[in-house]
Amino acid sequence: MAIPEGGFFPDDVEYGRYGPIFPKTPACYGFTIVAKIIPGREEAFREHGRTLEKAVKDQPDILAPLELHYLRWVLFEIKGETYFMYQGIFDTDFDKYTEDAVALFSQSGISTVFENLEGFPADWKTNPEAFVEFVRAHHRPSFLEYGEYPYVSADEIKKALRVKHLFSQMLDQMQ
Amino acid sequence: MLDLDDIQYILLNRAPARAGRYEFLSFASAEAGRAWLSALVDQVHSVETMRASIADEKRWVTLAFTWNGLRALGVDEAALATFPEEFRQGMAARAEILGDTGANHPDHWVDGTTDPDLHAIVLLFTRTVEDRAHYQEELASLLAASPGAELLSALDVEAIPPFGYAHDHFGYRDQLTNLAIEGSGDAPTPGSGGLLKPGEFILGYPDEHGPPAGRPQPEVLSRNGSFLAYRRLQEHVGKFREFLAEHGETPEEQELLAAKLMGRWRSGAPLVLAPDKDDPKLADDPQRNNDFNYKQDDPFGYAVPLGAHIRRVNPRDTAASINRHRMIRRGATYGPHLPDDAPEDDQERGVAAFVLCASLIRQFEFAQNVWINDKNFHELGNERDPIIGTQDGTLEFKIPTRPIRRTITGLPAFTTVRGGAYFFIPGIEALRWLAAGD
Repeated sequence: MAIPEGGFFPDDVEYGRYGPIFPKTPACYGFTIVAKIIPGREEAFREHGRTLEKAVKDQPDILAPLELHYLRWVLFEIKGETYFMYQGIFDTDFDKYTEDAVALFSQSGISTVFENLEGFPADWKTNPEAFVEFVRAHHRPSFLEYGEYPYVSADEIKKALRVKHLFSQMLDQMQ
Repeated sequence: MLDLDDIQYILLNRAPARAGRYEFLSFASAEAGRAWLSALVDQVHSVETMRASIADEKRWVTLAFTWNGLRALGVDEAALATFPEEFRQGMAARAEILGDTGANHPDHWVDGTTDPDLHAIVLLFTRTVEDRAHYQEELASLLAASPGAELLSALDVEAIPPFGYAHDHFGYRDQLTNLAIEGSGDAPTPGSGGLLKPGEFILGYPDEHGPPAGRPQPEVLSRNGSFLAYRRLQEHVGKFREFLAEHGETPEEQELLAAKLMGRWRSGAPLVLAPDKDDPKLADDPQRNNDFNYKQDDPFGYAVPLGAHIRRVNPRDTAASINRHRMIRRGATYGPHLPDDAPEDDQERGVAAFVLCASLIRQFEFAQNVWINDKNFHELGNERDPIIGTQDGTLEFKIPTRPIRRTITGLPAFTTVRGGAYFFIPGIEALRWLAAGD
C-alpha cells in the first residue's frame, strides 16, 4: 500500500482520542520513531536492551497489552551524532492503548530508553498527551508498506499455530 | 482520608430516590449565574450531610458545569486553560472518538446539550414522584428570582414497573456493580475490584499511578471535584422485543438470547455463574452476584459472549490496568414503561445516565472508543456493544456455543444517543468560591 506524504489518506482520516490515527495497512498498524539521543548515552540504550530482555523472560506476557507483532530498536550515526530508531508493528492503533503503554513503560527499568532522547517530556509518566505528542513529532510515516500475510493479527497467527499443534497431537493419537 | 464534608454526595452515594429531574441551564451573565448559584448552594448535599440525613431527606441536589459554564461564571482564561482538552471541547465535538455517528450523531440530539450556551446541570432526585412536583416548583421559583439564569431544557426521570429493583426499559437489572473507594467507608463486594484509589474519581487524591498530578487550577476549584459525562440513551423496546422473538423460538430461548447480549440474565444473575438457567436468588445476593472473572472462568465466552455488554464495559481480568479505566455510574430511566404485551407506541423512553471519573479521556472516552465501539474488540472483527454500541444494521453478534458458534447478522440498534455533555462537578467549597466570584 502506497501512503501519501504525511502518512494519512486525506479523504479518510480517522480520529482517536489523541488526534488523527495513522492508517492500518497490510502490515498492520505501526510507527517508526527516529530521535536524536542525548550525547554519551549509548550505553543506557544497550542496558535497556538487557533490561527488557530480562523483563520479558521473567514475565513473557508483559508486553501483551500493546498487541504487538514486532519491535525493533536501532542505533545509528549521522555526521558523528547518534540517533535512535524504534519501529513497532502492532494490531491496534497506538492511540487506543496510549495510557496502558505509558503505564507499562513506567514500570521501573523499561522506561529508561525514552528518557535518554533529546526533547522527551520530563513529565511523561503523568502526561500521556505529552508522550503522544513526542511520538507523533518523531514518527516518520512509511510511504510504502507490504505484508506477505496482509492484515493478519498476531492473535490469529498464535491461534493458527495452536491449531497446528493440536492437530498434530490429534494425528499422534490416531497412530 | 477523603473530605467527605466537601465532596458532592453523588460521587459516593446513590440517593434512595424513585424520581428525579435533570435541568439544563444557561446564564446570560456571570452575575446572573452567581446569584442563582448562591441561592442554591446550601441545598447541595455533601457525602457527609447526605449520609447523616438519609432517613428523613426527601430530595438530593447535585450541581455541575460545562467548560463554557465555568467561563460564564467568571473563571478567568488562565484557569480555564488548565482544564483538560477533552472537557474544553465538550462531548459533541468528540463525537467521532466516542462513536457517535449516524443516528447517534450530535446533529440529532434533542435536548439542547450541544448548545454552546449550555452552562450548568441540576440533578434533582426525590424520594417520590410527589416530592418531585414539590421540589421542582422550588427550583423554578429560585430560577425566576435570578434574572438572566434560564432553563434550556429538562428531563423527568423515574423508576419504572414492574420490578422492585432498579432496571431499564428492556428489563435488565441495573446498579449491580458498585465501586468501593479507599477512605469512603464503603467495603467492596466480591468481584467489584477491591478498594480503588480515590484519585481515579475525585481530583486531589492519589490515583492508581501515584500522587495527584496535572490538576486544573486554582486548587480551590478542582479539589474534591470530578468530571461527569452525561448520556441520554433512548431504548427501542419494541425493536428489542421483536428481535428476541425473531431469534428465539420459545420464551426460554428468548430469555437466554437477552442474557447473552448483556452477559447477565435480565434478573441480574451473571451468566458466568449461572450459564444455563436464570437464578434470581443469585441475582439478589450482592456477595455473589458480581463475584466472577473471565480469564479462568470463561476464556472463550461460552457463558458470556466475548462481545456481550458487560464484558465490554468491564473486561475485569482480561484488560490491562483495569483500575485505570473504572468509572462510577449513576442514572435513571425516563419515559413511560411499555408493558410486555403492548405494541411499540413511539414514545421516547430510555436511560439518562452519568459516568463520573477523574479523567474523561482515560476512563469514559476509553470505554467508548476501545471497549464499546471498537469493531475488533477481542478480535471479534465485525461487532460493537450489542446494547449501547453504535449499530447500523451491518454488524453481527457471535455467541460461542458447542460445537460451533451462533452468529446473528444484521444486528439492529436497540439504543440511540439523544443527548450528552461533559460537566465538571465541583466540591462544595468550590461551589461557594464560584458563587462568590473571587
